[in-house]
Amino acid sequence: MSVLVIAEHDGKQLKPGTTNTVTAAAKIGGDITILVAGHQCADAAQAAAKVTGVRKVLLADAPHYAGAGAENITALVLTIAGQYTHILAPATGFGKNFMPRIAASLDVQQVSDISAVVSDDTFVRPIYAGNAMATVQSSDRIKVVTVRATGFDDAGAGGSAPVENLAAGPDTGLAKFNGQELSKSDRPELTAARIIVSGGRGMGSGENFKLLEALADKLGAAVGASRAAVDSGFVPNDYQVGQTGKIVAPELYIAVGISGAIQHLAGMKDSKVIIAINKDPEAPIFAVADYWLVEDLFKAVPELTQALA
Amino acid sequence: MKVLVTVKRVIDPYVKVRVKSDGSGVETANVKMAMNPFCEIAVEQAVRMKEAGVVTEIVVVSIGVQQCQETLRTAMAMGADRGILVETAAEVQPLAVAKLVKAIIDKEQPKLVIMGKQAIDDDSNQAGQMVSALLGWPQAAFTSAITVSGDTADVTREIDGGMEKLTITLPAVVTTDLRLNEPRYVTLPNIMKAKKKPLEVLKPEALGVDVAPRLKILKVEEPPKRSAGVKVADVQELVAKLKNEARVI
Repeated sequence: MSVLVIAEHDGKQLKPGTTNTVTAAAKIGGDITILVAGHQCADAAQAAAKVTGVRKVLLADAPHYAGAGAENITALVLTIAGQYTHILAPATGFGKNFMPRIAASLDVQQVSDISAVVSDDTFVRPIYAGNAMATVQSSDRIKVVTVRATGFDDAGAGGSAPVENLAAGPDTGLAKFNGQELSKSDRPELTAARIIVSGGRGMGSGENFKLLEALADKLGAAVGASRAAVDSGFVPNDYQVGQTGKIVAPELYIAVGISGAIQHLAGMKDSKVIIAINKDPEAPIFAVADYWLVEDLFKAVPELTQALA
Repeated sequence: MKVLVTVKRVIDPYVKVRVKSDGSGVETANVKMAMNPFCEIAVEQAVRMKEAGVVTEIVVVSIGVQQCQETLRTAMAMGADRGILVETAAEVQPLAVAKLVKAIIDKEQPKLVIMGKQAIDDDSNQAGQMVSALLGWPQAAFTSAITVSGDTADVTREIDGGMEKLTITLPAVVTTDLRLNEPRYVTLPNIMKAKKKPLEVLKPEALGVDVAPRLKILKVEEPPKRSAGVKVADVQELVAKLKNEARVI
């Protein structure tokens, strides 16, 4: 068997999720190759070469891979897909975008968002917002799989794989990349953070998220939000934790003013320790919390920040 | 221009799903069903583009059991012009969905296809990207804004760290994210009007598509349960628990 892992990176480093995907590849077995496609991304290829268990890194560096457009990434992967039994990518906004395009081009039914590997053709994946776990077996010749990072450990950095240049594929010209507007923050990324402080509709306004930011800064934590808080315009969309947002599983998840809709629980219920602060004693979030406090968040959060001083 | 929109009938997102005791799936008998929320956003987008004079006709397509006609009627009550149901009681996985939608697109020749980014039942997040792959068209997945001008569309896509802007050539497939719009409620007069709109029913065989599943579902189980938590009286007790019991801070 031979597994191709498509790396998510920022040109310099691998993004969180890629190294967990390598762990999933190792569980499938066989040789692991990482593909780093982008523009001016040689550093990311060097970072990929250090991931434990990787046999080879392929570097495809060309201007038309800036932004990792689905059409061009697919065209590139199709030039080498025949050499692999499995093609994997993290089930993030990055991998979700182009992996189905690769799968359909190969006439393969993709297996999305796996949380466990049972064998080289059988995988476990959450369905219905994680309220059920399906074990599925693929009958396709090539398995195209996206990997839920929280289901697998980081592979670690103990390798020294060779980096080979891969000739760029065609520029399909189907889409023109006009740039990205990335949220700037000194806090850790949600999907990589050890601790997350999340706010919900109960925060009342975007201004009040400053309370959570103060607490997060005390803890070195990332700040997240429920869909209700994002829909209310309190914080940008990339804060969203849940079924259709980011899936996280930090050591500690602090849910503040979040009622606990199933769509939100889907994104955080695998966290190691969950605490919930809500003034409603009936809030469903308490059902998944290890510790819960029934109190007004505007009193409890500053107290908590103070207590951690 | 003509727009094609797809809609899926799913278990109502506010219903708590129950796994069947034989592990074959989740219970769908006597469970409230609804239009997939991302498909509602897709219909709404098409209707707004028609109201803005950009779109002339909206064709809405669903795949599944006979009751999907209700979902199509809802889309027509929102403003879609006519419906097509590919009727089958079989399980249709995303690749087969994409092939059926492509077959209809080949007949209908829309300039834009709008689909939900994900169905909230199987959470696959595949069909839209697959349709565009099969057609060789550009795709814009997870969009939060679309502006059509002539033969191109400027789109804003939601990505993990923020937003991305693309210009795609038409025809193209876009999939909707939550912030694209807020779908309207259907009104009684529009529900009555929708009943008179044309609704065509086809079988997958008529489209020449093999819908046999490629993924075999071996079993469906309940997720592991979290053990019951502890209510704390105040912040002091919470901090003590975190430090001494959970040892996470």
